[in-house]
Amino acid sequence: METTTVNPTYKLELTSSPHVHSRWSTKQAMWFVVIALIPALISAVIFFGQYQLLIILTSVVFCIGTEYLIKKIRKRKVTVTDGSAVITGLLLGLILPPNFSLSSTAIGAVFAIAVGKEIFGGLGYNIFNPALVGRAFLQAAFPVAITTWTKPNFAVDTVTSATPLAAYKFDKVFTSIQPMFFGNIGGSLGETSALAILIGGIFLIAVGVVNYRVPLAMILGMILFAGIFWVIDPVKYPNPLFQIFAGGFLFGTFFMATDWVTSPITSKGMWIFGLGIALLVVVIRIFGGLPEGVMYAILIMNSVVPIINRYTYPKIFGEAK
Amino acid sequence: MIFMNHTKSFKGGVHPQEQKELTENLSFEVMPNPKQLIIPLTQHLGKPAKPVVKKGSEVKTGEIIAEQDGFISAPVHSPVSGKVSKITVGSTVTGFPKDAIVIESNDVNDIVLMPSLDPGKVSPEEIRERVKLAGIVGQGGAAFPTYVKLSPPADKKIEIVIINGCECEPYLTRDYRYMVERTNDLIIGLRLIMKAVGVNKGAIGIENNKPEAINKLKEAVKNYPDISIEVLETKYPQGAEKMLIKAVTGKEVPPGKLPFDVGAVIQNIGTAIAIYDAVVKGEPQLTAALTVSGLGINQPKNLIVRVGTPLADLLDYCGGVKESAVKVVVGGPMMGVAQYDFSAPVMKATSGILVLTENEINDHEETPCLRCGKCVDVCPLNLIPTKLARLSSLEKFEDAEQLGITVCMECGTCTYTCPANLPLVQWIRFGKQRVMALQRERESA
Repeated sequence: METTTVNPTYKLELTSSPHVHSRWSTKQAMWFVVIALIPALISAVIFFGQYQLLIILTSVVFCIGTEYLIKKIRKRKVTVTDGSAVITGLLLGLILPPNFSLSSTAIGAVFAIAVGKEIFGGLGYNIFNPALVGRAFLQAAFPVAITTWTKPNFAVDTVTSATPLAAYKFDKVFTSIQPMFFGNIGGSLGETSALAILIGGIFLIAVGVVNYRVPLAMILGMILFAGIFWVIDPVKYPNPLFQIFAGGFLFGTFFMATDWVTSPITSKGMWIFGLGIALLVVVIRIFGGLPEGVMYAILIMNSVVPIINRYTYPKIFGEAK
Repeated sequence: MIFMNHTKSFKGGVHPQEQKELTENLSFEVMPNPKQLIIPLTQHLGKPAKPVVKKGSEVKTGEIIAEQDGFISAPVHSPVSGKVSKITVGSTVTGFPKDAIVIESNDVNDIVLMPSLDPGKVSPEEIRERVKLAGIVGQGGAAFPTYVKLSPPADKKIEIVIINGCECEPYLTRDYRYMVERTNDLIIGLRLIMKAVGVNKGAIGIENNKPEAINKLKEAVKNYPDISIEVLETKYPQGAEKMLIKAVTGKEVPPGKLPFDVGAVIQNIGTAIAIYDAVVKGEPQLTAALTVSGLGINQPKNLIVRVGTPLADLLDYCGGVKESAVKVVVGGPMMGVAQYDFSAPVMKATSGILVLTENEINDHEETPCLRCGKCVDVCPLNLIPTKLARLSSLEKFEDAEQLGITVCMECGTCTYTCPANLPLVQWIRFGKQRVMALQRERESA
């Protein structure tokens, strides 16, 4: 115990207020996202087998490696421990089809980090969600492989290898909600089990990493926009519940659209962003040539985030309405 | 959040660790007079007081040693009996050295009081005059001369006096102790303020984390239907003037305006007590009540100390500083000032001294802005902190002005929250200074 106060050996900090800080840090938030992805990871293995772990591992390793290399080449501080490259790797792996080639996965991962993130200056400066940039590149480079779906492990005869959205688009067959909820359907690795995604997503909202506004806006938007079509012609158009549970919508809702860097910072902006994505998804799914539209919908809305921010600054406290 | 909250409050804000348990149950202790006191002539916002004593002058406790100079100024009294040893420039807890009168105390107990006034019969003019003579300054931090706040311009219609009992800064328990220990004096203080500004509506805003004080206050105002106890959500910065007015009256003070403009006068708990002491006991402001706390001090305390007591004496009295201390702050942890010179004295408006350790500060690595929007969410004034900070760092002051940088009250919730640990409010503070300088230039041109 020290009893003198003016001890010259003390090194006192003289920074200006505030002098205390919340428990929040970039690293902590990133690792929360990694934890939230574990249920989806497990569902991928359950429904499509252990090989899928290799796809995800490849994706993660190449994402980290690419970021490390680029930082080294550019003589910048290596930031791979912040966890963001791990997240990009996990996200990319989880939106690839089962049994996708490992070499193609690696190419996608390199592209995601190099073009999706690092050429903009790295974490915090990218406009588009890096994992979706990687996926979009693979879609262009390997259009056949990336739409080749494998039957899930517990497939019964009625379950085809086609995804529910493709079945609807090309054969006008509607898949029932229950297998879509648990994940016993064709689709990308992490996208098939709504249950696994919801567990992770609700965890992220509960710990405060994800703001509830974007997911809520997307789901309400989906109910609204898909609902309009469904009311017009319930035979021709799928119902909103199907739209929500099909394809990559829920995964995109909780893990892609909520990416801090590429979504708006204002409350109103978050609502507009979420509703915009839902509208684009419905339009692409119903009128587009592709069965699925979540990836493009999010990428398109990513591109208008700066404009959304600029026009949705809140009214300053006390200013006339 | 999604759920409705029925407790009165405001939008935004944060919940820092309260840390009030360190001192909330400790009664005020009176610290013995130090040997030497350093009494700055600027303990208030406005013009320094003018010394009326010289080196070698003998002074008595309560005697005026420096008189008010101008409308926005306050007199300074000798907190002890003793001898003026010098008038010099000394460090202050604000970080800026100021002229100060140094007094060697002589332990003689000869106090000069003003005549006691009957709080039931005293006139508004008498109250204002007494508050002015007693040198009372606002205890909320800005140290604005109180009598000025009690003299609202004739064209402003004042409807309500609100006493700020939020004490939303973590650690500090001074106001809480006052509410618990001097409940009735506080109510009389409030009634004196109501009388001085001519209103018949008073309120005490208090956060719901102080149940004992709430009960005592409610009991004490039973026979005063014109005073209400407003229980507010515990959230920083509930005690900021604009937030308090919003929570209690629902009104928003427009940017650049004062509480007067929405018909409110806000006074701190400590100020109401000081007004009671001045009017009823005839005592000028000679002491400061403060909380000494933090995990880096050996014996946290709530203390009544003489104005002019050097921080070093105070910390010694509280058992000294632990080796784990990394920061000494005067005021609260959210808006206080870090100290480097412990010869700086306690001033009239000093509310606390915190000795903080690494663990409490919770500093971590700075990363680029991730655009998470948390600063936007927590800003009680609806500003865009990340944008304002960036514009300030790029010296784009006109753009920052457009986005309302001068509205910022520097509460620090943005920096507190930022996961990237960016110095947001620090950049905004810098930008705000420059914008205000630009505005002054424009006006004079």
